[in-house]
Amino acid sequence: MTGIIDYGVGNLFSLSSSLAAIGAETVITGDCDVLASCDRIILPGVGAFEDAIARLRAPGLDVFLHDMASSGKPIMGICLGMQLLFEESYEYGCHKGLGLLKGKVVPMAGVIPEGLKVPHMGWNSLSIVRDHPLLRNTPDGEHMYFVHSYFATDCEDSVIANTDYGAPLTAAVGKDNVCGAQFHPEKSGTAGLRMLKAFVEM
Amino acid sequence: MITKRIIPCLDVRDGRVVKGVNFEGLSDVSSPVELAAYYSDCGADELVFYDITASAEGRKLFTDILTETARRVFIPLTVGGGINTLEDFDRVLKCGADKVSVNSGAIKNPELIGEAAKRYGDQCVVLSVDVKRTEQGFTVFARGGRDNTGLDAIEWIRRGVENGAGEIVVNSIDTDGVKGGFDLEMLDAVCKVVNVPVIASGGAGKPEDFVTLFREVPDVTAGLAASIFHFGEVKIPDLKHYLKDNGILMRI
Repeated sequence: MTGIIDYGVGNLFSLSSSLAAIGAETVITGDCDVLASCDRIILPGVGAFEDAIARLRAPGLDVFLHDMASSGKPIMGICLGMQLLFEESYEYGCHKGLGLLKGKVVPMAGVIPEGLKVPHMGWNSLSIVRDHPLLRNTPDGEHMYFVHSYFATDCEDSVIANTDYGAPLTAAVGKDNVCGAQFHPEKSGTAGLRMLKAFVEM
Repeated sequence: MITKRIIPCLDVRDGRVVKGVNFEGLSDVSSPVELAAYYSDCGADELVFYDITASAEGRKLFTDILTETARRVFIPLTVGGGINTLEDFDRVLKCGADKVSVNSGAIKNPELIGEAAKRYGDQCVVLSVDVKRTEQGFTVFARGGRDNTGLDAIEWIRRGVENGAGEIVVNSIDTDGVKGGFDLEMLDAVCKVVNVPVIASGGAGKPEDFVTLFREVPDVTAGLAASIFHFGEVKIPDLKHYLKDNGILMRI
């Protein structure tokens, strides 16, 4: 059973539909007890970092995620969900994240060349930098669908794939059982479904 | 780097896909769910659904179709048509839309763009504009191209982006349905004033038109078309390979 954390951030319809399409059983809930009984957890997320981390902390989902990470069960963050795994974010101020991975989240403006549009939105290709079970079904150069204005950096020990947007941006991370994707696998066609399949088989 | 996008557009009325020539003389083509799944499988980068239904029954039918499509299709889905309020945004987002396109609704109430951007994020708000040449220059037309609003299109689009529109769909009424190529002059004028993705619509008749579009107006992000895809005159995988062979960055 794959638990999708429902903490009032973003629309979970596409994600649950795409997991159904690969034959994975899912439960969408914010209840820690139900989530604790799952074999793996997906932390989705769209919107602002500060609001999202507050919504995770209020019901104790931050503590739950730390326990889950220590238990060795797979955790995957998607988009903002991936960014929340890091130590801190500089999105409108400085906010502490979950700290499950080393690194921080910063604006891409100022890092990418001037003239490139922000958000980085559309299909871009992956450069795989390290093997990880999450990318077992993903060949180097695969295109995925991105929508983001911030990216994870100083995360050399967990980055597994980058994407090139005038500068290399962290696209996927994975350290043991904790992993994440900056792009939206649930919106990346068959390539995205293959990656989700790799996750549910982790 | 980011690829250019090829986007089939499905006009949906009473549960069926239709496409007009210059917005008149609509003809039935196919089931929206089947067509959407077909396009997704053959490499479309995104889908646009326009609800051109007028009745409440038709609207319910549309949201049912949208839900069914979002359950089967895993590429970005933009929905437009009849979007006049934040409740309309909510209605289609809950059915699985990723982006919502406003057109006449934003002309009636320009605040809608800013309010929606604030609630759902800029990336979710697409401003769609029907543009026609008049004595005043490029002019915005409302209600599917029937009403001259007197608004200057370039200024309207510039203001829309300033208010929070994260993407622009520009449809040229002058070239729509004519199949003589995209309206390069107008698209170039739009790209000069905005820094968000611009999707070109209206006029695609053959694969060469897309090459010309991306070469002549390199700031255009995507090409949108309907009938040439629906009637199979241009097949999306062939088109994308052709564009790639011509040096345009494509997801194959």
